[in-house]
This record gives sequence, structure tokens and C-alpha cells, in this order.
Amino acid sequence: MEKIENNRIAVSCSGVTKTYGKGETAVQALRGIDLVVPRGKLTMLVGPSGCGKTTLISVIAGILYHDQGQCIVFDENLKGLSEEDRTDFRAYNIGFVFQAFNLLPTLDIKENVAIPLLIRGICRKAAFETAAVILEQVGLKERMHSLPAQLSGGQQQRVAIARSLVHNPRLIVCDEPTSSLDHETGQKIMVLLRQVALSQDCALIVVTHDARIFGFADYIAQMDDGHIISVDSPDKMKEKV
Amino acid sequence: MNRIAIKMLTGDRAKYFGILVGLTFSSLLITMQISVFAGIMSRTFGFITDIGLPQIWVMDPKVQFIDDVKPMQDTELYRVRSVGGVAWAEPLYKGILKVRLQNGNFQSCNVLGLDDTTLIGGPSRMIEGNLSSLRRADAVIVDEVGAKGKLAHTMTVNGQNVSIPLKIGDSIEINDHRAIVVGICKVSRTFQSQPVIYTTYSRATTFAPRERKLLSFILATPKPGENLNEVCQRITRVTGLLAVSSYGFKYRTLMYFLTSTGLPINFGIAVFFSFMVGTIISGMTFYNFTMENMRYFGTLKAMGAKNRLLLRMIAIEALLVGLISYCMGVGGAAFVGFIFRNTEMAFLLLPHTLIVIAVVVTSICILTSSLCIYQVMKLEPAIVFKT
Ligand SMILES: Nc1ncnc2c1ncn2[C@@H]1O[C@H](COP(=O)(O)OP(=O)(O)OP(=O)(O)O)[C@@H](O)[C@H]1O
Ligand SMILES: [Mg+2]
Repeated sequence: MEKIENNRIAVSCSGVTKTYGKGETAVQALRGIDLVVPRGKLTMLVGPSGCGKTTLISVIAGILYHDQGQCIVFDENLKGLSEEDRTDFRAYNIGFVFQAFNLLPTLDIKENVAIPLLIRGICRKAAFETAAVILEQVGLKERMHSLPAQLSGGQQQRVAIARSLVHNPRLIVCDEPTSSLDHETGQKIMVLLRQVALSQDCALIVVTHDARIFGFADYIAQMDDGHIISVDSPDKMKEKV
Repeated sequence: MNRIAIKMLTGDRAKYFGILVGLTFSSLLITMQISVFAGIMSRTFGFITDIGLPQIWVMDPKVQFIDDVKPMQDTELYRVRSVGGVAWAEPLYKGILKVRLQNGNFQSCNVLGLDDTTLIGGPSRMIEGNLSSLRRADAVIVDEVGAKGKLAHTMTVNGQNVSIPLKIGDSIEINDHRAIVVGICKVSRTFQSQPVIYTTYSRATTFAPRERKLLSFILATPKPGENLNEVCQRITRVTGLLAVSSYGFKYRTLMYFLTSTGLPINFGIAVFFSFMVGTIISGMTFYNFTMENMRYFGTLKAMGAKNRLLLRMIAIEALLVGLISYCMGVGGAAFVGFIFRNTEMAFLLLPHTLIVIAVVVTSICILTSSLCIYQVMKLEPAIVFKT
């Protein structure tokens, strides 16, 4: 992997460890992670089930405290932040996309998309205006007043992408964004994600099992058993295989 | 985010109505229980309210409540009249006498004997006839509910039961003495709900079975400028009888029923169970609702919602259901009370009751929402990536 200029670094982890539980039942999910994630690029995190991918992006996104090592996201050392400050940090810097979409079922699409803005205390009118603009980008403007259940899986994931972008975050984390979708829809979602996120100079981290979307990555970080074992471009990966 | 919170709650119709129904039902039941209880309790001193004019009631010191008549000698009247500061004092007979109906049945009635000349203590609301007609021979005035109900003349016409209300000019038989109805009046409901018959003191004493003492109460009023309580104390001290203000007598009667009967405990148990039903049904549903929404609370947390904000959201949801249930419960109870206002149902919705229900509903809401808030507070945002 080529050298990344310092001012292009979004996330830098070194020696990050995380153990769930204590004593006999303890599971060491991260065993010393070293990883750099650049801005404006899509970094994929791949590896066998249970190797710690979700745990790692939870730490990076600031929703889980790690044990040892350093995790610096946009010059902010996450370990040093209080619970309250981390929450604020997330509200301003991080967007989330989930495998199960996690759209609030009783709110319409526009309200769902506006939530990150409303959480930040932005008034309803402004929030809904911004939401409408972003919904247009993902091609769902005319479904603004539908409920999530009235949309297809692919459309729901597009709403989720709109929601993850609406507050101009600097980092978007996606856990298995395509695994609830069929192949074709998954491809479209990846095209959309790249297009809208990278145009805003976001850093994108996508956790996936789905080898068919590897081609969308700029970098692929391979994980196994709590370690990053390699970081390559997709072409290099193919060569290796 | 307030509207988002409300939408989260109201969007799930089934749960939302579940919570509302539980809480509404419970506040309705409690309002009904307390109001019926208050109604019954107010009936215990309905007589005292009706006899409005005199400010002082003098009685045997052993009397505990209005229906607990312990007759005094007629001469006590003169002793009370002679106490300083008493403007006037008149006798009152109060007793339960048997009235023979035309069909041969007997009905116990509350007979009140008023002072022959002043007729003090007479009914304040006449429907037919005049109070002064009582001065005519054998005259009695009967209360409306009694006249239409228990004292009405029932007979069978063509196989159907018809009841003809007692009216002016009819004669009845009180304890073997003839009496003529000269008026119909309205009275407050009383605890036993017996018909009320007014007549003069001297006639009442001829109706009543022969006894050495027949004077039930002495009604008095202080002279202008005299302190009511001081006059009461003076009468008590001088005569050895018990003199209380009409308010004091109501209170004495009420306290008797509160402390010496099983009513408060029985109503209390009913209220308690209504409270439990409300807490359990609404509480469980609200808790379920919150637990089912944990994934979304987690999502909000991950997206940067602070605990403070989530707390506010749950509090708003609780406030909303609390307010709606309160209004529907109290309103429903008031409606029931309104519909049955002219029946035997005792229903008295006091402002105090509204406050009590507000406190009850608030505590149910606080109880359950704190449990939910606790669950949301300790929720790890990392659960959002779990499927
Ligand atoms: N909350 C938790 N408590 C205890 N152990 C956990 C917890 N979360 C994850 N683990 C364990 O930590 C390890 C890493 O889990 P993680 O979810 O990060 O894996 P993953 O790479 O995302 O797997 P998958 O591809 O199946 O989603 C696993 O062994 C898992 O059992
Ligand atoms: Mg995972």
C-alpha cells in the first residue's frame, strides 16, 4: 500500500486490542490492530466470520471503547474522550449504514433521513430541506413520505445511505451493507455509495463477506483472528489469489 | 426530536392503544371509586346540609353521627335558649317511623318534626305546595324521590305493574296515625335512602311511639356579633349537652363513617387494585414498547443522540399517554356520573379527586418510564451492528 500523506489520514489505529468479557469466557476480538484509513477512498474490511470486523469498526466509529493501543480518528484520540464528547464526536463526524437498515419503522423516509440533523438540534424545516436534497441524490425524492416498510430492501438501503450522509460526516462505516440485498441491488448500492460519499471526500469503511463487491474498493484490508493480515488494492488481491 | 418521539410511540397503533386503554381504564376506575365513595360519604351528612339555616346543633354528648339519635328531654330546649349569646333555639324531631302503604306494605321513613310556629329546618326546595301548609291538620310533606319511589302506590293493571306517585291530597298512615300529603319537596340523598317526611314537631311526637324523651336535636343560632365556636362551647359548658356548628356536625358524622365502618378500607382496596391494573397493563405495554424499540434507541445513540435527549423522548411519550389517559379517564368518569345524576348512584367528583388521579397517573408514568429510561441509559450503542 502506497504511503498516505498525513493530511489525508482519516483513521489511524495502532496496537488496538479489545477483549469481551472476563476470566474463562473472555473473547479477545482484537489482538493488536494496525490500520490506516485514508480520506476520499473506500476501504473494505474482509475476513472470516468472527475475526473481529464488526468490533473494529465499532471502535473506529466511537461506539465501543477499546482496551489498549491508540485509535485516532480525525486527530481525535478516542480513548481520551468522555462518553458525552464521544457522542458529540459521532453526531458531527460519523455516518452509519447497517446490514438491517435500522430505519425507524413509524417515521417516514424524510424524517428518517433528517434524524442525524435533528439530533444535532437543527430545526425541522432546515433538516427536512437538507433531507430532501440528499434523497434526490439517491433517487428517492418522490418516496419522501412513504414509510420504510413500503420500500424494497434496496430502496431502504438507499434511504439509510442518505441518512448516513445527510449531516456531512467525515467518515462513514458500513457493516455488510449489501448482504440483505440481491446481487444486482448490492452492486447498485455500492455504485451509489462510492459516488455520493467519495464526492464529499468522506472516508468510507465497508465491512463485507461479499467477494462480488470487492471491485468497488480502493483498498482491501484482510483480517483474521483479531489481526489485520494485509492491506492491498483489489487488483493485487486478485493477483495473489 | 419531540415529534419524532411521539411518532415512534403513536406509530405502533396496537401498543399505543394498549397503553392508553390500560391507563385510561385505571384512572377511570379510580375516579369512579373515589367519587362514589365521596358521594356516599357526603350522603351521610345530607340531612345536615338540607337543614341549612341553624348554625348550631345541640345534642346528647353521646351522639356520634346524624342518624345516631339519642333523645333528650323537652326541657333541654329552654336551657339552651337561656344560654347567653343564643339568638334562638328550636326543637327538631328526627326518627325512623313505619309508614303503611295503600297496598298494605310497610316502609320505614325518616320523619322530621319541625318547630310548630317557625318551621325552622324545613326543606329549602319545595316542588309542590308550601311549607306553611304544614300548619294544617295532619299535614306532612314528602320528598320527591320517596313519593315517586318507595312510597308510590303500585298496582297491577292488565297484568302490568304501574306505580302512581304519591301526590298532594293523598293520605298515608304513619305509625297508625292518619296523615295528609300537603307538599312535595326535594332533599339531598341520604345514606339509607329512605323516604323523608316533614311534619311539625308536635305532630311528629304524636306519630312517634310513646317515649319519655322525644327531642332529637335542638337547632340554634348565635346572636349577631357572637362568635359561633364560643357560643357552642358556652352551650356545652352550661347545659352539659353537646353543641357543635353544623360544619362540625358534618365533620363528626363523616369521621364516624370513616373510622367506624368498613367503607374506607373496602374502597381503598378497590382503588389499590385499579392502580395495580393500570400499572401492570400500561407499564408492561410501555416497557415492551421500549424494549422492542431498543434497536432504534441504539441507532439514535450511535448517531449521536445523548442520554439526555433519549430521556426527554421517553418522558414526552410517557407524558403524552399520561395526559390523554388522565383526561379520558376523568372525563369518562364524569360522564358516567352525569348520566346517572338522577339515580340512587352516589357520585361526587371533588377537585381533590382530580388531583389524586393526576398524582396516581403521574406516578404510574414515572414508575414505568424510569424503568424504560434506565434500560435505554445503560444501552451500549455497539448493539446496532448486531443483527
Ligand atoms: N458483545 C460481545 N460479547 C462477547 N463476545 C463478543 C461480543 N461481540 C462479539 N464478540 C465476539 O468477538 C469476536 C469478534 O466478533 P465480531 O462481531 O467483531 O466478528 P465479525 O468479524 O464481525 O463476524 P461476522 O463476520 O460474523 O459478523 C467473535 O468471536 C464474537 O463471538
Ligand atoms: Mg460482523
